[in-house]
Order: sequence, then structure tokens, then C-alpha cells
Amino acid sequence: MFETLASPFRHLGALTINAIWRLGFAARFLGAIVMQSGQSLLRLQMTIREMYFAGVLSLIIIIVSGLFVGMVLGLQGYNTLSRFGSADALGALVALSLLRELGPVLAALLFASRSGSAMTAEIGLMKATEQLDAMSVMAVNPIARVVAPRFWAGVISMPVLAALFNVMGIFGGYLVGVVMIGLDAGTFWSQMQSNVDLHYDVVNGLIKSLVFGVAVTLIAVFEGYDATPTAAGVSSATTRTVVTSALVILALDFVLTAFMF
Amino acid sequence: MKRSTIDLWVGLFVAIGIASVVFLSLKVANLTPQSSTQSYTVTADFDNIGGLKVKAPVKSAGVLVGRVSNIQLDSKTYQAKVTLAIDKQYQFSRDVSAEILTAGLLGEQYIGLTEGGDPDTLEPGGKITLTSSALVLEQLIGKFMTSFAEKGSSDSSTHADKAAPQQ
Amino acid sequence: MSHDPYIELRNVSFGYGKRQILSNINLRIPRGQLVAIMGGSGSGKTTLLRLISGQVRPQSGEVWVDGKNVATMNTRELYVHRRKMGMLFQFGALFTDLSVADNVAFPLREHTALPEDMIRDLVTLKLSAVGLRGTQTLMPAELSGGMARRVALARALALDPELMLYDEPFTGLDPISLGVIAHLIKRLNLALGTTAVMVTHDVHQSLNIVDYVYFVAHGEIAAEGTPDAVRQSDSPWLKQFVHGDPDGPVHFAYPAGTSLADDLSQGVR
Repeated sequence: MFETLASPFRHLGALTINAIWRLGFAARFLGAIVMQSGQSLLRLQMTIREMYFAGVLSLIIIIVSGLFVGMVLGLQGYNTLSRFGSADALGALVALSLLRELGPVLAALLFASRSGSAMTAEIGLMKATEQLDAMSVMAVNPIARVVAPRFWAGVISMPVLAALFNVMGIFGGYLVGVVMIGLDAGTFWSQMQSNVDLHYDVVNGLIKSLVFGVAVTLIAVFEGYDATPTAAGVSSATTRTVVTSALVILALDFVLTAFMF
Repeated sequence: MKRSTIDLWVGLFVAIGIASVVFLSLKVANLTPQSSTQSYTVTADFDNIGGLKVKAPVKSAGVLVGRVSNIQLDSKTYQAKVTLAIDKQYQFSRDVSAEILTAGLLGEQYIGLTEGGDPDTLEPGGKITLTSSALVLEQLIGKFMTSFAEKGSSDSSTHADKAAPQQ
Repeated sequence: MSHDPYIELRNVSFGYGKRQILSNINLRIPRGQLVAIMGGSGSGKTTLLRLISGQVRPQSGEVWVDGKNVATMNTRELYVHRRKMGMLFQFGALFTDLSVADNVAFPLREHTALPEDMIRDLVTLKLSAVGLRGTQTLMPAELSGGMARRVALARALALDPELMLYDEPFTGLDPISLGVIAHLIKRLNLALGTTAVMVTHDVHQSLNIVDYVYFVAHGEIAAEGTPDAVRQSDSPWLKQFVHGDPDGPVHFAYPAGTSLADDLSQGVR
């Protein structure tokens, strides 16, 4: 009797301990990456190669999504603002929502599902096909050679993608507000300029995206490196990367927003 | 050969990133490079600044001449000490007057400067002595109601005088 | 010095958690010899190889390679140890994102500061040693299993190792590729004087090329000897292994707790 009552709690306890264990392992892993980063910074070619896969290949999805998010913001914002007779503030609304929240968060979510999952799958498959073992037997540290370049490529790419997402979103808002609805272009920009602060909004947004970049890329390379080296293991690690990244992005966003704004 | 095309793409990628940040800083946040170097600051004390905020515009005859750079409460006089950063190309006389105005009926608040007649110009770091406070709608209505009740309709013209500059 | 064992395992035990994989292994491999470690699947022979390369550490015992104990090395010493060593993985483990030439050049680029044209020449030499000159620009996905294994062999040989480890070099190959790989392994051993340890369960091919054989079963050394001695042995276990009989001292059936008749009638009840 006692056993059946206790077992769910025991299960919960085991899950918690496992989660904490993984958190500690991930932290130690981050330390190892930083320690082993010398090579990926000295031999920039490796990091550049990974930036191509993580960053350049994400450009299309970021540009298209940014444009659409901006256009939706323009439409919805106009509908709401015009009810209060302040459609002039549309530029400020679009820019502030993008810079502070939507740009960093949505770009990070897209980055996690596009590049983060690819990183996990790639590293996981390298592990499953003994490529990581082969490397370490050749006296090459896989963390220095495989993980660190991908990590830094992700950390550098994320703010770039977020900034581009913002620009495309503002452009989308401009398309809807000015070109489609016919607001005055001058008012659109001047309202934006008088309400957006460089440090407060632009820089804080970029800091957010940098933090998200570190978190998402760390999760991606960690899940790949820690994956069970089987087909099922790699696929579940890829899923975990996307799910964990999404949760961590949103939770971190709340914490950072509380600190910054 | 394959490697150099990757270099090209990544170079382009980084350039796009830098261009985006520059765009966001200049076009969206309006970081005009001369704003900090080519301005001088003066201060003005107000009894009440209402909803005035840092970065609010400073206008003269409707033209933007500067921005509010700092707002503090003077702990001796209990007045609001407002610092204005004014563009170097505009000079004002020493007896220039400053008042807090509202754009539209419920819009944002800004500072309006009205040029005086003194031949001497206001030095950088100087103080604008002629100030008039923000119009606080609740106080205005409250005053109007009390005076209306106490003295009748003859005195209401003085209140109309007071409200005139705001229009 | 040359009759000193190059590799010596003393009372080595190893296990994952409660599952004991190797217990009390003693093994000596002289310098310059080609030695096979054989055993059924899951007998722990790959673990032996991993102990020698330092990928895993024994729970007890000593692993001596060229006068140094691998079991107590720190990471830095381990990397120095591994630079003298080449390893051929079961399926080659080529880096799928690099071309054949870049794969073979990988250890050279990582561990030497040779100029690029010299690396290119060395890569060509290593590839022609395994008979694959002209495949430099191919990607691993474009290679057959046997070719991939040979490229991996060229990569393992890139730094002219003193010790070669082969993990199941014959698995999944057609008879011709298998013969080619076996021939290459023997020739490299003779030509370069490299000490080589080969883990395999392919009896006939291995007995033709190796100098000495260890048989591992249930985590222990079950038998050892030269190929001729093994062929002529009258131990029933060895006979079964060498001839591949389905039943013998090692039973065909998993030792189930219930009888077949009981299991089959369960659905009726």
C-alpha cells in the first residue's frame, strides 16, 4: 500500500534529480567549451564554415518570417490604434514590439528549430557513427574541433539574425501602414524615432538575442553530444533541443525583461 | 574553391548584421551623431512638470531645437530641475521663457521656448528664470469649479487668460 | 628490448555498473606482431581495444603500452599516447562532411605544421598505398563500404603510427573487399613493422594473416596460440568456434527459464 502511494513521488524525485544532474553537466560542458575555444578562434575558418550552416542558411526563414510578423503587427496595430484615434503611433508600436520582444524571441525560436536541431542531429550522428571517437583516438579533442566552432558560430549568428528580423519586421509594418493603408511616411518614422531609445530598446534587444544565442546553441550542442548513439537516440535528442530551447527562451525572456525594462 | 564561396556568404551575412544594427540605431532610434557634441545645456526650474519625460522635445515657435536631457527634484526648493540640451546653432536671449506645453489635448508634453528682448545671450550652463509649469487638467478643473462656486462668473476670465498660452 | 612486450595487460577487470565485461585479463603482445583478439559478439573484445586506446579505464589492473600505464594517464598524456597510435573503426568512421583527401589529411593538419603541398603529396601516397589514388575529391557518401574502410585505413596510417588497432575490420564486406583489406593489413604490418591488434570474429580470414590469436569468452581469455596451434587444437570450444558449428559447448538456444512447450501452451490457458 505504502509502496503504491510512494512510487509517484519517488518517480518525481528521480526526474528532478536527473534534471539537476543534466543542468550541472551542461554547465560543466559550457566550461569545457570555453576552455577549448582557443582553436576555434585561432583557426577562424572552422567557425566561419559553421556560421555558413547556422547563420547564412537561416537567412531566408528569418527574412520571410520577419516580414510577415511586421505586416501582421502593422494590420493589428492599425486596427486597434485607429479605434483610439492614434494610428499615427503605428511606427512606434511596430518598432517597440519588435525591438524589445518579438524580434529576439521569435528569431531565437526559429533559430532553435532551424539551426539548433540541425546541430544536435549532426553532432548526434557523428557520435553514433563513431566519428567523435575516431577524432579523440586521433588525439583531437572533439569539443575543441566539433563543438566549440558550432557554439561560437551560433552565438555570433543569433544577434545578426535577430537584428535582421527587426529590420524586416519594421519594413513589413511600413509596407502595411504606409504603402497599403496610406499613413503618412514622415509621421510613421518620426513617431518611431521619438519613441525608440538606442540604449533602452535597441541595445537591450540585442543583449537579449545574445543571451538567447548562448542558451540555444549550448542546448543544441549539449543534446547532440549527450545523445544516445542510436537512430532513436538522435531523433529524441533533436526533439529535446527544440522543446527545451523554446522553454528556456521564453523563461529567460521573462527574467531579462524584468531586469531590463 | 568551395571554401571561398562560404567565406563570401559569411562575410555578406556579417555585413547584413552590421547594416541592420546601423539601420536600427540611426533610422529607428534616431541616434544622430551630432546630438551629443553640438549642443549646450541650460537648466530651468519648474513648480510642476506634469508628465514631462527625459528626451521630450524642446521647441521654439514649433521648431525642434533640443531635448530634455535630465529631470531632478531640487531637495531645497522642492522644484523640478530640468536640464535642456539645445542645439548649438540656436542662441536665445537671457530672458527667454520656458513653459511646459501639451501636443494636442492628451498628447505628449514638451517644452516651448519663447525668445525675450534682452540683447545678452543665454550662456551654456545658464538658467532660464522665466518658467511656467505644466497644465494639470485635474487642478485646472478643480480651481475653475471652486472659483466658479465662490465668486461667480465675473472671475472666470482670469482663468481663461491662464489657459490661453496652451492653445 | 624487442622481445619486451609492446602491450601488456595485467589483471585487468572492467564493467559498466553491475555488468562485468572483462575480468582478470592477462595478455602480452610483442613489438611488431599482428595479433588477433577473437570472440563471439558481446564477449568484450572491443572493450579490450578501447582499454588499449585509453577510451575507457579499467576498474582494476594495469594496461601497459610501450612502457607506460594507460590506466593512470591524464588527458594530456593520453593525447600524446594516441598520437603514436592509429585506429580503424568498425565502419570506418570517416568524417562525413569532409572529402576523402581532407579525411586523410585530417591528422596531418591537426598535428603537424606541414605546408599544404606536402600534405597533398602525403595524402596521395597514403591513398595509393591502399589502392585508392584518384578518389581525393569524392565525399564519403559516394564510397562503397570497402572503399570507405580503405580510406579510413589510409587516414589511420597518416601519421605512421607505431601501433595499429583494428576494430572489426572485416564486418559487412563482400569477399573481395574483405580479401583486399586483409591483404593490406598484413602488408602494412610487414612493411612498416607496426605492432597491430585486430579485434574480429572472422576466423578464417584472420587465421591466415595473424601471428598469434587470443580468444575471449565471458570476459576471460578462453584460449590462445598461434594460428597453426589453434587449427589443430582438440578443445571442443575452439573447434566449435573455428568451424562455426551451430551447437556445441556454446549452446544455440538462450538459456530460457521455462520450456518451449510451456511457453506455447500459455495462449491456450
